[in-house]
Amino acid sequence: MTIFISLLSGLVFGLGLIVSGMANPAKVLGFLDLAGPWDPSLAFVMGGAIAVGTVAFAVARKRTVSFLGLSMKLPSSNRIDRRLVIGSAVFGIGWGIAGFCPGPALVALGMGEAKALAFVLAMLAGMGIFEVLEGRALRRRAQPA
Amino acid sequence: MTIAWNAFTPWHAALGGVCIGIAAAMFVLLNGRIAGISGILGGLLRPVRRDIAWRVAFVAGLVGSPFVHALFAVLPAPRIDAGYAALVAAGLLVGAGTRYGSGCTSGHGVCGLSRLSPRSLAATAAFMGAGFATVYVARHLLGA
Repeated sequence: MTIFISLLSGLVFGLGLIVSGMANPAKVLGFLDLAGPWDPSLAFVMGGAIAVGTVAFAVARKRTVSFLGLSMKLPSSNRIDRRLVIGSAVFGIGWGIAGFCPGPALVALGMGEAKALAFVLAMLAGMGIFEVLEGRALRRRAQPA
Repeated sequence: MTIAWNAFTPWHAALGGVCIGIAAAMFVLLNGRIAGISGILGGLLRPVRRDIAWRVAFVAGLVGSPFVHALFAVLPAPRIDAGYAALVAAGLLVGAGTRYGSGCTSGHGVCGLSRLSPRSLAATAAFMGAGFATVYVARHLLGA
């Protein structure tokens, strides 16, 4: 059941990205280009998603298990640190270069776009580089000083 | 600032946004997890037993969504202007940045803001700000 819900969530998420136009990098860049002819559509995507999300998360945070009886895995950290801000800014630079973030890139990959494949492979490589560096940092921290 | 009225699609944007919200709602209320795409994808690179199938299923749903859309309506073609070198550079930055910053537009932007998380608000401000700045530099200073 969990796997079916995951598949369905991914599917509905992807349909949302297609219908909203966010699977199209040109449209995303139209939002990020404040100084050009600006397309405010992305703000409406966020508005629609957050309107539904706010209700769902208000329910979710009051529960310890999901409606399927699975443990609620919500992030507990509130720390705003250098990792968070620098990592997010690095992501934002990449987002601004190509107009792709992870979800829309996977959807465009499903549309058979060769350029989306190049982006997704590079994105996986970037995630892999993070895993390698993170693994090394964890080992270094584990060693007694 | 001028509004690109010919490109502006508020109804489709809001409708698509509601779909994204429903997906995130279904995921948290039934599976108890945040629908953060970079986190779901990144978790596959450090595989933990019994934690792989649902991640693969979510990604399969995303990649398969164009096929389902095409059953009901004509699929809009994406316009990808960036060249391959730029796409590879952007992909590396997006991959490493989202993992280092623990989230992307879905995890921090949609789910985090819906949870009123100050951490996600800071992350969203950082990636939005960097995105605005990057497009400004690329289009208006470098003329790409």
